[in-house]
Amino acid sequence: MSTHLVDVSGLDVRFGATHAVRDFSLAVAQGESVGLVGESGSGKSAALLALLGLHPEARVQVSARTLRVGGTDLLSATGPQLRDLRGGVAGLIFQDPLAALNPLLTVGAQVSEVLRRHRRLPARAARQEAAALLALVGITDAQARLGHYPHEFSGGMRQRVMIATALAGQPRLLLADEPTTALDVSVQSEIVRLILRLRAERGMGLLWVTHDLALMAGIVDRVVVMYAGRVMETAPVDALYGRPRHPYTQTLLASLPRLDRPHRPRAALPAEATAPGHGAQTGCPFAPRCPRRFSACDTLPPLFTDGATQAACWLLA
Amino acid sequence: MSDTTLPSLKPSPRRATSPLRSRALRARVSHALAVLFGVSLLTFLVAHATGDPVTLLLPANAPEATRIALAHHLGLDQPLPVQYGLFLLHALQGDFGRSFLYGQPVAPLVLQTLPATLELAAAAFCIALLVGLPLGVLSASRGGVASAALQLLSMLGLAMPAFWLGLMLVLVFAVQLHLLPVDSSGGVSHLVLPALTLSLLSLARISRLVRSGMQEILDRDFIRTARARGLPEWRVVWVHGLRNVLVPVVTMAGMELGDLLSSAVVVEVVFAWPGIGRLSVEALGARDFPLLQGTVFIAGLGFVLINLLADILCARIDPRIASGATSSGSIAP
Ligand SMILES: Nc1ncnc2c1ncn2[C@@H]1O[C@H](COP(=O)(O)OP(=O)(O)OP(=O)(O)O)[C@@H](O)[C@H]1O
Ligand code: SF4
Ligand SMILES: [Mg+2]
Repeated sequence: MSTHLVDVSGLDVRFGATHAVRDFSLAVAQGESVGLVGESGSGKSAALLALLGLHPEARVQVSARTLRVGGTDLLSATGPQLRDLRGGVAGLIFQDPLAALNPLLTVGAQVSEVLRRHRRLPARAARQEAAALLALVGITDAQARLGHYPHEFSGGMRQRVMIATALAGQPRLLLADEPTTALDVSVQSEIVRLILRLRAERGMGLLWVTHDLALMAGIVDRVVVMYAGRVMETAPVDALYGRPRHPYTQTLLASLPRLDRPHRPRAALPAEATAPGHGAQTGCPFAPRCPRRFSACDTLPPLFTDGATQAACWLLA
Repeated sequence: MSDTTLPSLKPSPRRATSPLRSRALRARVSHALAVLFGVSLLTFLVAHATGDPVTLLLPANAPEATRIALAHHLGLDQPLPVQYGLFLLHALQGDFGRSFLYGQPVAPLVLQTLPATLELAAAAFCIALLVGLPLGVLSASRGGVASAALQLLSMLGLAMPAFWLGLMLVLVFAVQLHLLPVDSSGGVSHLVLPALTLSLLSLARISRLVRSGMQEILDRDFIRTARARGLPEWRVVWVHGLRNVLVPVVTMAGMELGDLLSSAVVVEVVFAWPGIGRLSVEALGARDFPLLQGTVFIAGLGFVLINLLADILCARIDPRIASGATSSGSIAP
């Protein structure tokens, strides 16, 4: 059995005809931080939700060869095991805290319920601990704020509350789905710093989902690049920036603004349907937009390993 | 938006300010008064347009002089606006005049029948709420038996008129099975059939509202968040979900209670229940204007007060209503 926090292979997620995640693999070691990068619709959230078994069974078909998080096998887990995993082993931070927090429960109640569920604290102790958690994530006058509702907080403060609820179960893994995308630019870096600080203090593993490749530098140890539901490349962050192997990663990096050469014209991705598509993918999914496509690309490339990098491209074969 | 508390918000609006801000409350109250005025005027006009009490009170062969004397005695010889003005003036002092039929002051007469009606309406309301709410929740979260039961009850409740339903229940449970009494005198068992009859329409409407509200709410992001916290499913549904459908449900329950009062008229007649509904039918039949006005006015007052109460309750459940924030999270009433 692996000691990895997250151990996923062959993950497929289908919303009826939409095949959102295809043969997806991911490993996150204890205390490691990984960035999951891809453009909108590439299946990042769908993969993330599958890690906690949060897709409704009736409408979403999830299958995998391996699907383990913190030692829990999601393919065979019972209801109570799943509920111990959610919030207890892995805390989840969503993109839009206004939508993700219950509008009719006080923030104190929402932090406390996690404390009562996962740390078995009695009501009074849970309230005390909730105030301490709110203070920890940078909410001033935390004791008085316990009785407030989410709509009484600003966007950034709401995301801090969300982070407090994710921390309350003392998880070993933090899952963050674009935690700063819905926030004002001025607040984004504060939230990034807060999450990094908490991760360092508590030695948690981190899986950070984002479409912003530039953001990942200095935040994570390793990056996984997704395209059309598949992993295109995974590499240590320095290797990825220094020597991207997959043409998709190269295009992504080339389109980033460069501080050292601000006037260089940005290479744009050739516009093309980016939808994960319906039905089978026969060739390389990036082929329609790939500048380096060649004859082999009509066949689906597997992940080739080169040093610490893995990339799904025939150029590495 | 800066990353600080919004300055306009007070520390704890739920406790620090009144449930409805006083301006909103005043608007509600004046609206209620206008409704009451309209109701009284309408009853007055309809009653006077449909018959002459003197003809009904006197034998057919009574001499003209007697008729005129009686009309004068009852104040019916005055112009309509004067009659209405006098009625209103007295009504504001709690005096609805004397019943033609009983020769007694109307107010105590009506108030005597009020407990019976309230008992019936309250029992029906409790059934509608205590059965309708869980039924709606279960049918949204589980489906299965709860959904089937909901379908059946809404078919019965929405498609059948109360008098027919009442008669059917009497036939089955009282006449055929001898399980329950038909008449209205005393005891809880006497309450069962009329209350059941009265509740069914409200039960059907409440459970359907709860179901559709829950179906929408259970798809919301914050429900997924609640699951992501590892909370047990009952807490996700009954705490995180239900709380968010309560506002429209309470608003509707207020209206339902008003509806129950008006449907009670039919049910009271079918089951010979000695309440305000039966009294008003009696008054209408006899063109007993003061009694009719009195029953309708007091019933209308009850209706208006219930709705006011529902508004205040809603503001307690959803603090965003009280603070005037947009209600983007819960479903619109
Ligand atoms: N509940 C759903 N029902 C049907 N299709 C869905 C559902 N959720 C996601 N999808 C589809 O699955 C694909 C992947 O969606 P997903 O939300 O995982 O993308 P994402 O990478 O997180 O994008 P974003 O950056 O916009 O959040 C998209 O094509 C999307 O339309
Ligand atoms: S496999 Fe071919 S098409 Fe796909 S990225 Fe590599 S070169 Fe481009
Ligand atoms: Mg997403």
